[in-house]
Amino acid sequence: MTRKPLQFQLNGSGKAIFVEEGQNLLEALRRGVGDLSPKYGCGQGTCGTCTVLIDGEPHLSCLTLAETVENRAIETTAGLAMGPQLHPLQQAFMDGFAAQCGYCTPGMLMAAKALLDRNPSPTREEVVEAISGNICRCTGYEPIIAAILAAAASGGGRRYA
Amino acid sequence: MTIHRGRGFAAINYPIGMNLGGDPSQALVHSNPDGKFMVALSSIDLGQGMKSVTRQIAAETLGIPVEDVYVDTADSDTGPHCMGSFASRGTHRVGNAVIAAATEARAVMMEAAAEELEVNAEDLVTDGKGNIHVKGAPSKSITTAAACNAAQFKQGKTVSGRGIFLVPLSDVDPETGEMTPVTCFAHAAMIVDIDVDDETGEVNVVEMNSCYEVGRALNPRLVEQQLVGGAWMGMSHTLWETTEPYYPDRSHGPVDFNDYVMPGPGDIAPHHISVLERPAPDGPFGGKGPGEMCANPVLPAVTNAVFNAVGVRIDDLPITPEKILRALAAQGGARPQPKW
Amino acid sequence: MIEFRKEYFADERDDTLNEIGKPTQRQDMLGHVTGRSPFFDDHLFDGLLHLKCLRSPHHHARIRSVDTSEAERMPGVRRIIRARDVPHNLNTLLSLMGFGLDDEPMLADKKVAYVGEPVVAVVAESERQAYDAVAKIRVDYDVLPHVLDVEEALKPGAPSVNPTYPANTFTYHEKYDHQKLRFGDVEAALRQADHVVEGRYQMSPIEQAPTETCGAIAAPETNNRYVVYTSTQALFFSLGTAAKILKLSSNRMHFIGGTVGGGFGGKVDSIHEPMAILGCMLTGRPVKFIWNREEEMQVGAPRGAERWYITDGVMNDGRIVARKFTGYFDSGAYTRLSSYAIIKSVGHLPGPYTIPNVSADVYCVFTNRTPATAMRGFGITGVDFAIETHMDKVAHRVKMNPIELRLKNAYLDGDMKAHRRLAKNTALVECCQVVAEKAKWSIGPEYRAMSSLKGGGGERAAIPHTIIDNRGLARPASGLGSYQPPPAPGYTPTPAYTPPSYSPEPLPVRPYEPAQAAPPPAAPSPTTPRPAGNRFSSISGLRRR
Repeated sequence: MTRKPLQFQLNGSGKAIFVEEGQNLLEALRRGVGDLSPKYGCGQGTCGTCTVLIDGEPHLSCLTLAETVENRAIETTAGLAMGPQLHPLQQAFMDGFAAQCGYCTPGMLMAAKALLDRNPSPTREEVVEAISGNICRCTGYEPIIAAILAAAASGGGRRYA
Repeated sequence: MTIHRGRGFAAINYPIGMNLGGDPSQALVHSNPDGKFMVALSSIDLGQGMKSVTRQIAAETLGIPVEDVYVDTADSDTGPHCMGSFASRGTHRVGNAVIAAATEARAVMMEAAAEELEVNAEDLVTDGKGNIHVKGAPSKSITTAAACNAAQFKQGKTVSGRGIFLVPLSDVDPETGEMTPVTCFAHAAMIVDIDVDDETGEVNVVEMNSCYEVGRALNPRLVEQQLVGGAWMGMSHTLWETTEPYYPDRSHGPVDFNDYVMPGPGDIAPHHISVLERPAPDGPFGGKGPGEMCANPVLPAVTNAVFNAVGVRIDDLPITPEKILRALAAQGGARPQPKW
Repeated sequence: MIEFRKEYFADERDDTLNEIGKPTQRQDMLGHVTGRSPFFDDHLFDGLLHLKCLRSPHHHARIRSVDTSEAERMPGVRRIIRARDVPHNLNTLLSLMGFGLDDEPMLADKKVAYVGEPVVAVVAESERQAYDAVAKIRVDYDVLPHVLDVEEALKPGAPSVNPTYPANTFTYHEKYDHQKLRFGDVEAALRQADHVVEGRYQMSPIEQAPTETCGAIAAPETNNRYVVYTSTQALFFSLGTAAKILKLSSNRMHFIGGTVGGGFGGKVDSIHEPMAILGCMLTGRPVKFIWNREEEMQVGAPRGAERWYITDGVMNDGRIVARKFTGYFDSGAYTRLSSYAIIKSVGHLPGPYTIPNVSADVYCVFTNRTPATAMRGFGITGVDFAIETHMDKVAHRVKMNPIELRLKNAYLDGDMKAHRRLAKNTALVECCQVVAEKAKWSIGPEYRAMSSLKGGGGERAAIPHTIIDNRGLARPASGLGSYQPPPAPGYTPTPAYTPPSYSPEPLPVRPYEPAQAAPPPAAPSPTTPRPAGNRFSSISGLRRR
């Protein structure tokens, strides 16, 4: 099986790994780089637990060919916090008890971040739309929607210096 | 082509713990010389908050701040046997085991403090903030950290404890079914308001009003998590989910979340929850586990609401638009029932 | 929104506890929002192999032959695992508690009994290579007649699904083909009732569908043991099951888990751990076995379908004087936990109501579909859906307010329940009252004045004279032509667990009182340091906490 070199930015750091032909980005991130924050939930693109941002846009990494991210900027949950300071979304999820098993949380956070980065004051409908590709089996969604709205209200659309 | 509003009611109770008992759990609690405690379990946190609720139970029993205790689970080398996380048994069984273990560890800590302060252990209390002092004389005190340090390095005592909780296994009579299923039950009642579209057969859940009795809300935020999430799952069971849509025929079985449909964030309804607490005599601080029964009342409340809205009985879950339309056709149209 | 109605039962509680009752942040919340919570698959292993299964495409078929020769030559394949490689290839989960007979192979041997049943396992360097090799395995099947409906399965002449229970029902108490509940004289009471209301209710199978699929990774540890990272909901259950199936001493397995991406009952079947460990034993390398989502949906055991027939005898004033149940749990091809679900449901009947005459016949039926297992509300959700929908029909028949009907029949402290234990600590009445008031569903003043603590017991605590019968003695095999079920397994099940005579005292609700001083400890023994050095372990540094 041929392996090709691949370079990309991950959470602001340059990464260089080897990937196999046809390998998906989820596997490349988890096994190749060791970033375990995006999760495997279906491998079919229907659950959203693998959501990462590529150049700011949410993508399903289980359906993204690793080769296609050459030189692009990827963001995952592992890079959300600024050092020890949590991203406003992370803080809002904590304060709002918006996670139970935590498995959908990384994907939810990335989908929410993509929304707030381009739309800092979303309506509830816009939040619902943004997370409609992310399945949660535990919370019933209401605490997650509330947390995203709370993060937006506290200025979550901007990175803290 | 009308949208009909309907309202349905259901009431349930739920047995807490593995049926017939015989499902033990053990816990080990020990302190380091700093007065920081670890609870060792092999119990599983599925997201229901096992690690969190046992941590709070340990802190309460030990009489120390919750920051001074962590729960370590699950490792079969270091965590003693636990039957597992199912049957709403976690809070009840594991919680009680933690109380037993923490009680034993606390006793040693208090004895160590008594020796340092040169008083009787019966005269000492914890303040929940990290101090142990003489009842009524707060200035005669020692920190839990100092007591544990003295126990380890001066007195040679282990500030640790073991606990097991077992409801003895019950028989079942083959002729009458006589048995002791469990020792306590949780309760719930639910009213669901829905809209039924008699042209498309779709059901929209408009509002849920519920009352759950959970023994003791050990942590109100965790209880809320279970009740909100569980009611969502109940709604999903009633109107959306199945692995065999034409049961008992196995055709068209879903293989991904496109076909295995569940309500998404745009489908949820406001849910107004009231919580009652009637402590179980043998629950940890009276706690019963809310994790399973939260979904159950929704199913029949919705089927009853459908009848109230359009006069058809769908006794076959999940209720789908197809089933509603067929029933309406057989009935000759919607027949809304009187509203209570 | 949520409110805590502390005024209810306040005199039974102490609300001045220090930590209990506080909305303390979860211990794992920070891990969840930073993506650091260590689920079973969040551990990296050098040389990890992947295990995938060949699965039956038929509901029911005899296996004539299995040809893995081409698969063995496929790139990346390290080992093919067959039924003969499994040390003890027949189990039932509850044998760990001495309940039931071994009936399910880990890998199918002589026949397959449901679509998706695993027949062969392939261990390969990558998932892709494992799937590709699975596709090259050739199995020669003789398709057999199958049965998918629970009541059809109970008819004489139905195809026999499960060789251990040839008549397609679990045998209860080595005597009956169902579990009975008998309390009073239901037939007489039905004859005297003003109305008889009948209903049939069906719940189809439901997937637990956690966002994390089931899986386990087994790797060699340095000390001649296997370390197993698992998504199980029951660590020691899975460890014990693996020990039995693999004939491996339990202390040679080191199970690590405790952080699971949702379970809901779907992660108790202990399928992945024995398989992954066997793969590890046979290859000497770490092996991961995880279900993909399609397997999770259709191969993973769902909540079993339930069919309930309920007949109520009710008086004009709304008193339910008789309730009769016939229930069928669809266990699928094997028992797993369904045998036990029946008993749990029987102990739950007739619901939270005091009804003087109750009977039930509840069957655990085998059909040619994916075996069922536990799910949130196991044994209860289906029958409660039936009971409460039925109550609505009863209310409609006697033209009574549905909430008042519940209250009129509600169980109260001191009432005798159908399983012959007294009710205590009840609260159904108060739940109904609170919800009626909140949602503005009016009920009469006598119902608003009711209390769980008043009016129960007395005559309601009596055990009535009960009619019993011996219908439904377990039947002999219905036969399947020339197919011979295999001989009874030679394995002796673990003796039933005998608990010590420990009787838990009711726990005090008042604040903790200091206990007696502990005795002086023995001299401490020297501790043995854990073996350090080279082990296949988590190199990501994540702890299970």
